[in-house]
Amino acid sequence: METVLSVLVGLFFAVGIYLMLSKHVIRILLGIAIFGNAVNLLIFTVGRIVREVPPIIPHGFDVPPGPVANPLPQALILTAIVISFSFFAFLLVLAYRAYQEIGTDDTDGMRVAEPEGESLPPLGY
Amino acid sequence: MGTGERPLTFFALILPFLAAAAAPLLTRLLKHNAAWVLALAPLWMFSHFAGMLGPVSEGAAIAGGFDWIPSLGVRFSWYIDGLSLTFALLITGIGTLIVLYSGGYLKGHPHQGRFFSFILMFMGAMQGLVVADSFLMLFVFWELTSITSFLLIGFDHAREASRRAALQALVVTGLGGLSLLAGLLVIGAVSGQDDLSGLLASGDLMRNSPLYLAALILLLGGAFTKSAQFPFHFWLPNAMEAPTPVSAYLHSATMVKAGVYLVMRMNPVMGDTVAWETILPLFGGVTLLVGTLLALRQTDLKLMLAYTTVASLGLLVMLTGFGSEKAVEAAVLYLIAHSMFKGALFMVAGLIDHESGTRDIRSLGGLRGAMPVTFAAAILAALSMGGLPLFFGFLAKEEIYAAIAVGGGWATLVTVVAIVGNALMFAIAFAVGLRPFIGAAAKTPKHAHEGPVLLWLGPVVLALSGLIAAMFSTIAHQLLSSPMASAVAGQDLQIDISTIPHIGMPLLHSALTIALGIGAYLALDRLRASMASVLEAIGWGPDRGFDQAIRGLLRLSFGVTKIVQNGRLDIYMTVTFIAVALTLLVPMVLFGELPSVPVFPDLWFYEWTVVAIAVIGLGAVVYAQDRLTAIVSLGIQGFAVALLFMLMGAPDLSFTQFMVETLSVVILALVMTRLRLSVSDHRPTGQKILDVSVAGACGLAFGMLLLKVTQLPFDETLSTFFKNYSLVIAHGRNVVNVIIVDFRGLDTLGEIAVVMITGLAILALIRIRTKDQTVPAKRKGRR
Repeated sequence: METVLSVLVGLFFAVGIYLMLSKHVIRILLGIAIFGNAVNLLIFTVGRIVREVPPIIPHGFDVPPGPVANPLPQALILTAIVISFSFFAFLLVLAYRAYQEIGTDDTDGMRVAEPEGESLPPLGY
Repeated sequence: MGTGERPLTFFALILPFLAAAAAPLLTRLLKHNAAWVLALAPLWMFSHFAGMLGPVSEGAAIAGGFDWIPSLGVRFSWYIDGLSLTFALLITGIGTLIVLYSGGYLKGHPHQGRFFSFILMFMGAMQGLVVADSFLMLFVFWELTSITSFLLIGFDHAREASRRAALQALVVTGLGGLSLLAGLLVIGAVSGQDDLSGLLASGDLMRNSPLYLAALILLLGGAFTKSAQFPFHFWLPNAMEAPTPVSAYLHSATMVKAGVYLVMRMNPVMGDTVAWETILPLFGGVTLLVGTLLALRQTDLKLMLAYTTVASLGLLVMLTGFGSEKAVEAAVLYLIAHSMFKGALFMVAGLIDHESGTRDIRSLGGLRGAMPVTFAAAILAALSMGGLPLFFGFLAKEEIYAAIAVGGGWATLVTVVAIVGNALMFAIAFAVGLRPFIGAAAKTPKHAHEGPVLLWLGPVVLALSGLIAAMFSTIAHQLLSSPMASAVAGQDLQIDISTIPHIGMPLLHSALTIALGIGAYLALDRLRASMASVLEAIGWGPDRGFDQAIRGLLRLSFGVTKIVQNGRLDIYMTVTFIAVALTLLVPMVLFGELPSVPVFPDLWFYEWTVVAIAVIGLGAVVYAQDRLTAIVSLGIQGFAVALLFMLMGAPDLSFTQFMVETLSVVILALVMTRLRLSVSDHRPTGQKILDVSVAGACGLAFGMLLLKVTQLPFDETLSTFFKNYSLVIAHGRNVVNVIIVDFRGLDTLGEIAVVMITGLAILALIRIRTKDQTVPAKRKGRR
């Protein structure tokens, strides 16, 4: 199972990064969403896979009676999912606002902070 | 010394800083008369140090201090021997006069309080520097003098010349400070000592070390920049942009002598070697000649004095490195004499400038009637600088010639250099101290008249002390010169030279110097013209070199920034991910940590189905031609991940992922209806190949990393802990939930905070838009 997931995680990363290398903000955002999933799956797989048995302690037991899925990566990912979602939402709004202000979604055209052909700083004292 | 000596000395060390803190308020209350109050601080320090003269002149050294950072073995300690004490007395004594002089000179200046503050801070730094025992303290105070000097030179910060001079001084002396730090570290490593007193007791250890030359060069890097030795001399004349009290105090009497102090301090342990006796006289001699020749060129009184200060510093270094006891004695005498006459002459130059409105020698003349007291102080100081009998400067000059006229080629060369240098300094002394006062009265911008007592007190006292010290030379030698010379030489020395001329070679050399000097004085205008044409022919100097270096640095950093930060996001991303791929792949390959070939996995068909859905979703996102396809395919891969979580025993994750994916798709749909998704990516083929390779390499790297990790044994300690204690101590059956709300509850709080802040940021982004749209007129006007 880990083998398949490893390959799948590699694919998620590749697709996510390919989209992030685009010049178009919207594709970059799609890439970031996929990248987030890739990272979550990576953490999940690193904690090893136990199929179909969630880490829940049945009644009448103090500890899980048999092997269960690893709870730690799940807790980490739960946090990560929520944070990456809020991050994604923020980026979406940011991209939208930038598009409204600058009138382009091409990153080459977004040169407000680092304008093209910037002149030398003053050479005096 | 009594038992109260230690706290009192410590108080003397911090008093200038306390006075500096009080200065702005005092100045606000008392205006320029605050000088009278503030001068009490250095005056008390002077008297405190004067109380040490007795024991120190008997050969004792006063050491004290306490632990500063005990865990690191750093001590705040002082070591006061003849050398330190003479310097401390000069600093506090001249400091008292300078504080008074500043009161008159900057009377009515809006920032006079700040000026007092800076100059007192400098005084504290300089005083700490000369009495410091531990290397660290020495270095800290050394740097502090550079910083306060920067503040003082740039005091008139509205002028570009001031700013440039301040920056230049800071860069040059700051680089020297780094060199000194390195030198001290080398010395500390070789000798195993971390204070001067320990080092001074280490005998020949340094000299015999293979690291001696490295330590020496680093140390001299600090000393030569601070003491403006050629080719680092250029910052000192530029520092004359500072108000005249600063020039008189820092850039003549005290700070620039810090380098000389360092060289003298190290003489007992580092001196007396071939390197020492070659490098020091060579640089010192060249500096002496360059300084005096450049001084001839100037017409500004302050600049003339500044270049002779450069020359005098050269002379001091040359003498210290000459390598005989006599030369050390001569250096000591000259240092004391120079502090007095040069401090006085600078204050005279400032006084003339203050009262007449100019300090250009060509437009000054006949001031003797208008400024008689100033004239008296000036001529006394000039006589001492010229080295005429009855003055302390004469003693110094006699001792110099007695020391270096010992025969041999090297000594003859040094003698010739000294005679030429001294003769030219003689000429400058009278050009500054005599020429503005005699002849026909010249028309000056302001109608010249005598300055107030605050202004003439300093030069008069300094000039007179040059005379008095020479008259009572036996006492002066016993208390000051001999202990200092002994400390510099590292053995007991007695100076016995007096003002009564002795017939002999030194007197002959003195006579020759004076004759040459009078000649140069009379021919000053012609010499100036010829120097000007020579300099014009050369056309380049370290001062211009400094500008070129700074500009070059700016251009270079601009160029580098342009390459590194070219403003193109795709390039930043590409570079980042190439780095990611390399960091992961290179060690894996280099250390043979590649994963082994896995066996073909055995999965249920529905598991394969979910994997296949994820892959299809991914592919569809990449190839999506329109908005809807892109949104839907993004949803597909997200839901596939949720299904995977579900199948792998993570129902909580699965629910969350379903919810988040749904929300994402909704928000994305909302935004994307307004944003354009171009049909294709418009990547040129080359770009596409690069992007695919980079993305592929990263994907490969992460996949292999994960494969390798899962093939290694797994440490379950932490997971087992949570499983075992979830119910027992946290009373929850869902282990994941227990971890989130209980074991790692604080992390979850942080997560909530992040989500909240993001929400606020989104709100802010949206609200800014709303505002802009409601005021269209304003928006139009702004564009």
